Amino acid sequence: MIKRKRLPGWAGKAALFLAVLLVTLFFLQRLLMPKYMSDIVEGALTAEYYEETTEHEVLFVGDCEVYENFSPITLYEEYGISSYIRGSAQQLAWQSYYLLEDTLRYETPKAVVFNVLALKYDEPQSEAYNRMTIDGMKFSKTKLNAVKASMTDRENMLDYIFPILRYHSRWSDLSGEDVKYMFRKDKISHNGYYMRIDVRPVKEFPEPDILADYTLGSYAMGYLDKMRELCEEKGIALILVKSPSLFPHWYDEWDEQIAAYAKEYGLDYFNYEKLADAVGIDYNTDTYDAGLHMNLAGAEKLSGYFGQYLKENYELTDYRDDPQYQEVYAEKIRFYEDMEAAQRKELEEYGEIVSY
Amino acid sequence: MLFTSYSFIGFIGIVFLLYYTLPRSWQWPLLLAASYVFYFIASPSYLIFIGATTVSAYVVSLRLDALKEEQDAYIKANKGTLTREEKKAYKASVKARQWKWLLLCLLFNLGILAVLKYTNFVIANFNGILSAFGSGGQISFVDLVLPMGISFYTFQTMGYIIDVYRGTSRAEKNLFRLALFVSFFPQLVQGPISRYHDLARSLYERHDFNTKTVSYGLYRILWGYFKKAVVADRILTAVNTIIQDPDTYQGGFVFVGMMFYALELYADFTGGIDITIGIAETMGITVTENFQRPYLSKNIKEYWNRWHITMGTWFTDYIFYPISVCKPMLRLSRFSRARFGDIIGKRVPVYLSSFAVWFTTGIWHGASWNFIVWGLMNFVVIMISQECEPLYQKFHNKFDVKENKWYGFIEIIRTIFLMSSLRMFDCYRDVPLTFRMFGNMFTHFRLRDLNAEAFLGLGLTGADYVLLFVCLILLVSVSLIQEKKGSVRDLIYAAPELCRYAVFFLLILAVVIFGAYGIGFDQSQFIYNQF
Amino acid sequence: MDALLEILTNLHPEVDFETCSTLVDDKIIDSFDIVTIISEINEEYDVVIPAEEIVPDNFNSAQALYQLIQRLEDE
Repeated sequence: MIKRKRLPGWAGKAALFLAVLLVTLFFLQRLLMPKYMSDIVEGALTAEYYEETTEHEVLFVGDCEVYENFSPITLYEEYGISSYIRGSAQQLAWQSYYLLEDTLRYETPKAVVFNVLALKYDEPQSEAYNRMTIDGMKFSKTKLNAVKASMTDRENMLDYIFPILRYHSRWSDLSGEDVKYMFRKDKISHNGYYMRIDVRPVKEFPEPDILADYTLGSYAMGYLDKMRELCEEKGIALILVKSPSLFPHWYDEWDEQIAAYAKEYGLDYFNYEKLADAVGIDYNTDTYDAGLHMNLAGAEKLSGYFGQYLKENYELTDYRDDPQYQEVYAEKIRFYEDMEAAQRKELEEYGEIVSY
Repeated sequence: MLFTSYSFIGFIGIVFLLYYTLPRSWQWPLLLAASYVFYFIASPSYLIFIGATTVSAYVVSLRLDALKEEQDAYIKANKGTLTREEKKAYKASVKARQWKWLLLCLLFNLGILAVLKYTNFVIANFNGILSAFGSGGQISFVDLVLPMGISFYTFQTMGYIIDVYRGTSRAEKNLFRLALFVSFFPQLVQGPISRYHDLARSLYERHDFNTKTVSYGLYRILWGYFKKAVVADRILTAVNTIIQDPDTYQGGFVFVGMMFYALELYADFTGGIDITIGIAETMGITVTENFQRPYLSKNIKEYWNRWHITMGTWFTDYIFYPISVCKPMLRLSRFSRARFGDIIGKRVPVYLSSFAVWFTTGIWHGASWNFIVWGLMNFVVIMISQECEPLYQKFHNKFDVKENKWYGFIEIIRTIFLMSSLRMFDCYRDVPLTFRMFGNMFTHFRLRDLNAEAFLGLGLTGADYVLLFVCLILLVSVSLIQEKKGSVRDLIYAAPELCRYAVFFLLILAVVIFGAYGIGFDQSQFIYNQF
Repeated sequence: MDALLEILTNLHPEVDFETCSTLVDDKIIDSFDIVTIISEINEEYDVVIPAEEIVPDNFNSAQALYQLIQRLEDE
């Protein structure tokens, strides 16, 4: 006969209590986490990827120089390329690596495009940007590793696992938006592309600082290695790009290091700052913040140019012929055009873009 | 590990689980191990100091006990032959030998404390004197470690050794048990300063899991976290803004800072002690209470009987009484009576030993003149109120207000103001500045300065103030219930069972949501400046 | 005993020391009073009450205090 220890009477109640408590905390956590549905929509980019229903043959990873400068909708319209941008604000090299790793859990693209600007940062930068990049990731070992690689001194892993510990103090800032978007969020990007149609011509930038050391940091470069190795392992082509931008300054010394790296491992590297004329970028009309980031016009030019290269060099499927993709992309294109029209309307009405 | 860190909460969680799953006989050894791990995490080097204190107290207490046994045996063996005088002389000689051992132990341990805590203070003052005399020479400061909680565990251990010397406690024969008494981790950082015979009773016993005790402990812990995380750590921002910028925050804001600090210190200190006592309680261990609703005191003496009680009684038992009833003091008292008359003579022992107590109380709090002056100001206020006692009596004889509720309320408020203003020494940079700001509080007081905008400039939002106000009402209500009806937890337990869970539920949510911990969410840090 | 009662009554005329047995527990006498009492006893009885004897049990009533004095006189 098996001797069974009877659980005391309070154990059931305590378990029920814990269940109620945890459910309540879960709902509160949902309520308190920032929704990034207005003002700073960049925080919503990472999570949007999981809503995708179709596969992507090209994957962009990087910071604002990918998600503001490349338009997957243009790539589809012009070349039938299915692509996605896993980029977020100040996304550091290791975060790009882990977002790549995260994406590879769901699909295996044919080409990965990494924008090299973030390699200038060799250590964790800002808690706020870490959160915007990482919070949206689904829970996985990859996410935990991304947190470990990214944390600044003041941060704690627990704050990422239980975001309520991080965002509890938002109780006094809660708004209708927090209730509205507790479980469902609006789409704000176009396959990871953040659209801006306004124009702010370039102005003078201060002379770049002279640096004591122009060597790109080993921590960041180590993650470039990891990205390359991961791509090799999965048979994915890795392409390095530097977006056209006048600020922050991309030093020639850095450019040479990347070019040498690309050469060593047989990768393609394009510095579109230097190719701006070939692409047709006009910094007076194609940027929305005076030379830092492309606006829609700039992004479409760059995508058109870059798409040509992709089409010619990789065996990419033309998804314009695929009925499933046609349907999905018809919806995406409608959203793209609606947003463009809405932004134009705002621009006419207020002289600036207020809600995007 | 701060009480409000995740690691501390995880640490007590693990200790708690082990405490009730391991065999009961492992309970106190587990606590000892946990305490040393706790201390080791803080800094491995601290272990040397706490170890030295423990071993010295152990050796000396055994020696004291042995001498006592030797004496008893000798007297018993020679019962018939010893005259009363011989017996007295023999006892005195044993006492003298015991005294030497005690003194050795006190000097050793208080010496460690003094060197580590006060060397640089002495050097700073010496340098001050040197430069006052125009000397260019200066002594450089020395880099010393100050082990966590050293003031607390040293006092606790010295209390034990004095008790053994006095014969009120037996020596602990087991080194490891003594080590646990010295290092018991919940009270290591900020007290209470326990007495051996109080704590030992439940510290080494085997405790079975009892839902009521554990619940009571958990309530207490949560209440402590509520006070500390929701109230103290929130208002801290405003306190710091005011006291770190005395040029900006003058007049009325000196008063605001003073009152905010009163709330902050209360919530922080009593909250911390609640956590300590609560942790011990979940493990069936009773730790002496350190506070008894101090802000409901009607006078300063009562306040000191209710605030940081274990420190107060420590100073009374081990400094105040020994000094005031020692033979030289009694002789001095007699001499003064003969010389200056009864009125002065009677006061000599009380004044001198009170002075000693408050001086040491001040310097025990920290190696700075601020604390010394703070201690001595307490002494002055206590003595003045002592001398005014006859006046009060006359007043009360004339006007029958003693039982009047409103009069009692005024007395309470008066005591809070008084104690809060003394604590200004705690806040401002140095003693002259403190006096200046105290004066400034009255001379520059303008009601219109205290506007909403200025309050919002202290680093708290309107929502924070609303929350603090609600918390204040809650704190006062709980205190009043405790004062009038006793234990709040008894009331919760007497209510329908659902209430027990509801209180847990609300306390946990309140701490998680409203606690001022972690990196605050501030939209402004997202300002998109570069990327 | 009469001398002791006189010392005590001088200190707190309002208290009935012959019956009260909670002098310390009810905070009727405080530490200052105790020191004054000890120094008066020292005058009156030539007995030194050492610090370790200052425990509530010995000071809660005039009776207990008197017994303490007698015990110390005996030693």
